[in-house]
Amino acid sequence: MTVTDDRPAAEIGKDRRRKEDRRLITGSSRYTDNIVLPGMLHLAMVRSPFAHAKITAIDTSEAKQASNVVAVYTAADLDESAGVLINAWPITPDQKAPVHAPLPADRVSFAGEIVAVVVARSAAAARDAAEMVDVDYDELPAALDLKDAVADKVLAHPDLGTNKSALWIFDSKEAGTGGDVEEAISAARSDGVVIEREFRQNRLIPAFMEPRSVVVDPTGEQLTMWSATQVPHIVRFALAATTGVPESKIRVIAPDVGGGFGGKLQVTPEEWLAWWIARQLHKPVKFTETRSESMMAAHHGRDQWQKLTLAATKEGKVTGLKVELTADLGSYVAIVGGGVPVLGAFMYNAIYKIPAYHFACQTVLTNKTWTDAYRGAGRPEATFAIERLMSDLADELGMDPFELREKNWIKHEEFPFTTVAGLEYDSGNYEAATASAKEFFGYDELRAEQARRRDSRDPVQLGIGISTFTEMCGLAPSRVLGSLDYGAGGWEHASVRMLATGKVEVVTGTSAHGQGHETAFSQIIADRLGVPFEDVEVLHGDTQVSVKGLDTYGSRSLVVGGEALVRAADKVVEKAKPVAAHLLEASVDDIEFSAGRFGVKGTDAGLSIQEVAGAVFSAHNLPDGMEPSIDAEATFDPINFNYPHGTHLCAVEVDTETGQIKMRKYTCVDDVGNIINPLIVEGQVHGGLAQGIAQALFEDAVFDERGTLVSGSFVDYLVPSAADLISFDAHHASTPATTNTLGTKGVGEAGTIASTPAVVNAVLDAVRQFGVKDIVMPCSPARVYAAIAAGRAVDTGSASEGADQ
Amino acid sequence: MTKIELTVDGSKVSDDVEPRMLLVQFLREKLGKTGTLIGCDTSNCGACTVHLDGHAVKSCNMLAVQADGSEVTTIEGLADTYDGGELHPMQAAFHECHALQCGFCTPGMIMRSVDLLGENPDPSEQEIREGLEGNLCRCTGYHNIVRAVQTAAAAGKGAQA
Ligand code: FES
Ligand code: FES
Repeated sequence: MTVTDDRPAAEIGKDRRRKEDRRLITGSSRYTDNIVLPGMLHLAMVRSPFAHAKITAIDTSEAKQASNVVAVYTAADLDESAGVLINAWPITPDQKAPVHAPLPADRVSFAGEIVAVVVARSAAAARDAAEMVDVDYDELPAALDLKDAVADKVLAHPDLGTNKSALWIFDSKEAGTGGDVEEAISAARSDGVVIEREFRQNRLIPAFMEPRSVVVDPTGEQLTMWSATQVPHIVRFALAATTGVPESKIRVIAPDVGGGFGGKLQVTPEEWLAWWIARQLHKPVKFTETRSESMMAAHHGRDQWQKLTLAATKEGKVTGLKVELTADLGSYVAIVGGGVPVLGAFMYNAIYKIPAYHFACQTVLTNKTWTDAYRGAGRPEATFAIERLMSDLADELGMDPFELREKNWIKHEEFPFTTVAGLEYDSGNYEAATASAKEFFGYDELRAEQARRRDSRDPVQLGIGISTFTEMCGLAPSRVLGSLDYGAGGWEHASVRMLATGKVEVVTGTSAHGQGHETAFSQIIADRLGVPFEDVEVLHGDTQVSVKGLDTYGSRSLVVGGEALVRAADKVVEKAKPVAAHLLEASVDDIEFSAGRFGVKGTDAGLSIQEVAGAVFSAHNLPDGMEPSIDAEATFDPINFNYPHGTHLCAVEVDTETGQIKMRKYTCVDDVGNIINPLIVEGQVHGGLAQGIAQALFEDAVFDERGTLVSGSFVDYLVPSAADLISFDAHHASTPATTNTLGTKGVGEAGTIASTPAVVNAVLDAVRQFGVKDIVMPCSPARVYAAIAAGRAVDTGSASEGADQ
Repeated sequence: MTKIELTVDGSKVSDDVEPRMLLVQFLREKLGKTGTLIGCDTSNCGACTVHLDGHAVKSCNMLAVQADGSEVTTIEGLADTYDGGELHPMQAAFHECHALQCGFCTPGMIMRSVDLLGENPDPSEQEIREGLEGNLCRCTGYHNIVRAVQTAAAAGKGAQA
């Protein structure tokens, strides 16, 4: 007898095309700036052209008189209900942080800070009138250079008395997770190798394509804010905590959001001003920034100096690592600004068994744009440092860079492994990912070509860069966050509602802005509940629908939010079991659930989960006391971070006569555990690679000596175009994570974290032969050319001669 | 105010506009064509790309009055997709190849790509990359956008054969 099996095929692992796409490719998107409400007013910001200045007078009279202007506000008008911008992660109890009001009272502390707001009937009228606001400034000396700032040469906020915000230290000896790094270093100095480096992490701009935008509607009982944000739940909490409106009266909606990359996990002056002004005027208001405003006022990322000391034996066994960071916060401590470099503290040891480790991070206030999370947040810096150091150590020892790495990395049979930074890595297989990457890359052939070019003194030299990375993601175990003085938990929430018509409504507390949750989460639920993919609707990004959540960042949506979803779905099944038993006139113990069907052991009798949903909807035939609902929710708090890893290989051609770099090949094998949707995973990797490569080769937020952002538009800030990049050779290896049911690992940041050192190692590999040891990022042709010239000069002795004269 | 008359997505429209109003503002604010997006203020990102008399232009880079008498097609008029209607082959290729994530660059990217294939129905990868140079995407790394254009080109060839 053949039984036709109409159960849906396994959805997990399928390269489903995205549910989100249709509205986005047909122009039926709903980004915040698309929203128009009756009577809506528009805001324009008057921003400081100075990095640091006293505001001596603001004359708004002309602007107020302009036609169609409704109001002009300055700091003098604000009251307590305007709130403040919060720092949720004071990394030390004595952290120094200036108060961050939506408008500064009498002193601006970065170029681009808002000093007045014009409200008008149209955006154009508001912008025109903003030009008429007359602000008198007394320019003050500005703290700009990070190294000068840490020396307190000029104070960014004179009343704080110092620019040093917080010093955060981890020491493996003190923590009991390892030995004494100073001992390791001095031992290596007498009988081993010590690599000392200072690396610069260039300042980056997240440069999401959708400029930030906010609409506030104060009419009705609930105040509603639409915002181009990654974090509607956090914005709602922060509004309630600081503006005196009860949380229950606040609805925050993140509609379609055009990218974030960490850049939209902020609480911003623009949002707070729109909120306050709408309440003052009892009218809906909108503010959409221009790209120039976005570049100077939305938070930046990275901007650190990394002083590094790596100790090793002559045989290439690493014995200790010391990290001294100086991190630029900009002029305010952003929501998790101080914590971002500290996230790196746990990752400098990376995939290696390092016996002694010391990490110290000094955060510093300057008169520049504030900094906070940007894709990777702390882990790209750590990965860059260690992967550069490992390649430098291999070079110093004349060892093969893979041999050196393998000598030090955690072997696959050693998992779970507790690292010197105190984390327990649950799973991984660095050998497998590396072997596979070398194969796809054609490592041996490229090495042979490299040798040929070297021998023939080809003006175009080939370089091969390696990055064997891991990262910690899936933010985060609440207990760990608590121990780090973070102001919230790291759990995530989900609910599953079984509708009467058989459709399933899934609500997640994560908030997608391009990641494809609607598709991937539908696949998970389709498998878990045995319902068709098409019947699942995923809702998110609206605090009135998704009543509980902690949003999307830190590659957490799948590994934390997805697990909450799985648990909610499992509860649905558990709740449905007694209903099914009742309807099937069987004992609960005899009910089995498989592929969407409740069956009775040993019989053909059964009911689909949708039939059970229909039965509880009508509730005509339920025993007394049985709840007529099989809906369920779950809140999941992870017990550990999640550790994707992989091997990235990059080949570049460097024209030694011009410094031009041409990328030849980029191969990566990422182990992100079990994959829900390979298409989406691949997309995340590609996008991540592009951003990491951009840090290595193109992007740099540069301020001039007066503190004006020079790279303040897409003309000067080089977000790569299609012509600047190549097609990527991306593959997977898989060791399932053991800390979530589906065995998944985060993928949102992996590409960015891994690629920057792979690219810079490749460039250096091409030009080390000329005595080049470092090239500051971004490795522009001019810098590469200069490094080669300088290296050659040292080689031939001409530089030292020159220096003597 | 200046009176302009033009065709947008197949419909005749006329309106009085301020001489300084950009075409993209006219489309979004006056006509509610919010499928066309604004990503920058220096004509670098291409999010605002539409077709003007059959060719891709950055609608932030021209005034509404300059479009007087022209035929404008936006992403919303590229194909009759309302109510589940069939996608334009380029839209279908973007969907098929996962050539979008947040979708913000997508309308402009699609409009530019359609024009690119109009100029060169059988482009090499390098020609595609150079042809899309004026449209920035922050999400995809362009890998799948290039695939999508190649897929649409192949489909186009198939259709002609
Ligand atoms: S909005 Fe037109 S090019 Fe950026
Ligand atoms: S899909 Fe987000 S910018 Fe291209």
